Amino acid sequence: MKLKLNNALSGWLMVSPLMLVLLIFLVLPILMILIVSFWRATEYSIIPDFVFENYEFLFGSPVTYTVFINTFKYAILTWTFTFLIGFTVAFFLAFHVRSLTWQVVCFLLCTIPFWTSNIIRMISWIPFLGRNGIANSALISWGVIDEPVEWLLFSDFSVVLAFVHIYTLFMVVPIFNTMMRIDRSLIEAARDAGASGAQILWNVILPLTKPGIMIGTIFVVTLVMGDFFTVRVMSGSQSANVGRLISNDISLLQYPSASATAIVLLLTVLIVIGILLRFVDIRKEL
Amino acid sequence: MTNYTKRNGLSRRTLLKTGVAAAAGTLAAPMLWAQSNIVLRQTGTGVSAYNEIAKKAYEDLGITLEMTASDSDTAAQRVATQPNSFDIADIEYWICKKVWPTGNLQAMDASRLKNYDKIAGTFRSGKLTPTSEIAQGTAPHTVGFTSGKNGTDFIQEESGWMTLIPTIYNADTLGIRPDLIGRPINNWSELLNPEFKGKASILDISSIGIMDMAMVVESMGEYKYPDKGNMTKAEIDLTFGIFTEAKKNGQFRAFWKSFDESVNLMASGEVVIQSMWSPAITAVRSKGVPCVYQPLEEGYRSWGGGMGLAATLEGAKLDAAYEYINWYLSGWVGGFLMRQGYYSAVPETSKLFMSDDEWGFWYEGKAAKGDIVSPQGTTMESAGAIRDGGSFIDRMGAVACWNSVMDENQYMVRKWNEFIAA
Repeated sequence: MKLKLNNALSGWLMVSPLMLVLLIFLVLPILMILIVSFWRATEYSIIPDFVFENYEFLFGSPVTYTVFINTFKYAILTWTFTFLIGFTVAFFLAFHVRSLTWQVVCFLLCTIPFWTSNIIRMISWIPFLGRNGIANSALISWGVIDEPVEWLLFSDFSVVLAFVHIYTLFMVVPIFNTMMRIDRSLIEAARDAGASGAQILWNVILPLTKPGIMIGTIFVVTLVMGDFFTVRVMSGSQSANVGRLISNDISLLQYPSASATAIVLLLTVLIVIGILLRFVDIRKEL
Repeated sequence: MTNYTKRNGLSRRTLLKTGVAAAAGTLAAPMLWAQSNIVLRQTGTGVSAYNEIAKKAYEDLGITLEMTASDSDTAAQRVATQPNSFDIADIEYWICKKVWPTGNLQAMDASRLKNYDKIAGTFRSGKLTPTSEIAQGTAPHTVGFTSGKNGTDFIQEESGWMTLIPTIYNADTLGIRPDLIGRPINNWSELLNPEFKGKASILDISSIGIMDMAMVVESMGEYKYPDKGNMTKAEIDLTFGIFTEAKKNGQFRAFWKSFDESVNLMASGEVVIQSMWSPAITAVRSKGVPCVYQPLEEGYRSWGGGMGLAATLEGAKLDAAYEYINWYLSGWVGGFLMRQGYYSAVPETSKLFMSDDEWGFWYEGKAAKGDIVSPQGTTMESAGAIRDGGSFIDRMGAVACWNSVMDENQYMVRKWNEFIAA
């Protein structure tokens, strides 16, 4: 009995540093945001109160819906491309590169772009995609187009392109990781049983890679939904996602309204993750 | 947002030297503060946060200036929410209208300002010359005075208590690429001319952008505002209606928020006509790309910067702050800023620190006789060049409106968000 108590106690003690850190740096700030979201603001001050006007305005404004739809649009598009690219790259690394040395070398190659800041990686697209940029002049000199293509820059295209560029690695790493743990004899067995390459991919590898895909998905979706800077720079300030709405509010000292939007965004992201986790039990499969 | 802090090095030797000099009792010279190690933290919009000024202030006064620069919204936020984080707020008059009521700034006693009488009329009576008309919007003199040291109100006459001490100001207009447009541009309405579809831009700072929009709407003949600087909800809706339609039709290539974005848009040819700030034009030109700060028939949209004292300043630090401000208005800084293309609040004193040719070019609108060189040493214009828009009186006399904070500001900001998301 005594031993059992001690066990429970030491268990609590062991998790308490982490709990403390999470409590101070995660739970408290979120609670603070939640509280402020019910306050009122004038142009230069915030007033403690308990009113629903921030939420009323948020749900009553057509902008909110456009902006949330936009946010989802970016998240879904970015997810699709990062998944397709990430899965292909990871598959190649895990199953086609035979020697461990080359796997490590190729994997490191994938991470090289991450040695520079992602703001720099993003901004370098601007001169490349511009009206008189390298992409347009190359296409013109090849005779593909007669006039510069305008939608390459400051459009949804450039926003999604930058997102895919920045976040694909977040998909590659977890997928590669789970693929490496797949027991190769399962693939041999499938082949012996007469499965074609496509069938092995669909019926063996894909299901076994699900936890990795899910982790990558959570990374990409939450990062894209919370971003505001990429959208501002790559769309030339012409489109908005929820992050930009919040940053606009903050810059205009509308902290309560920013908090309300942040809470709604947090709940949305949590719901999305909740739905994703219904498909795969990450903890069981890791 | 850019942030940097500049602190002048202070060796023991210079400290001793200046200390001795001060002890020697040089009463005529400005008081030297080095012996008391006075540090003033200046935070603001960065338009006037030059290291050269901090350096010169240390040489002349022995005051160490720590300058932090940020964009206008961040500066406003800091003054409103972190009153202990600065000693001097270097902001704009429209920001003053927003943050003054917080009581985080203290009023300045005009009788302690040596050059008060020489400050340009725009900042005192509101009139540049006795006959000029007062432009619409948050004109500096309307938020320039308060009732007393701790007043949180605004007074519409020279009360002897100033909220901000004017530092620099300018008249803004549209910047164009004459080589890519190839015809004269004379009106604000050209910003929405379908001829420039996909090649126009406007700035994404609501308080300033709305005024540019109003200038365009009036110029198009769509509506004549009784007061552009204080629109009604219906007027705000109308203005955004016109611009949202243009945005949906693809008129704009991008919106810009920071100085460098506006320079890049213009220099790369993404945009041929846009709202712009004067030094951005210079930056484009210094890349060898032709760019004109086009004077327009309807006049300019103007802005004014000023320095305010933190409410927390007292004692020796407050005295040092007054000393710094008196020094600021005494001419060297004015000359320095005028050579960047801004105007100084006390033009008379700046003249003493500029060559005749510089004064003629920047202030009087005369053709340059020799190369016009920036304080940093880059050649900005060569002989024969004339400043876009002409003389001080021509430019500041044609101001149609000031950057503004309206009564319906919150409504306007929400509409601005809708416009961006549209």
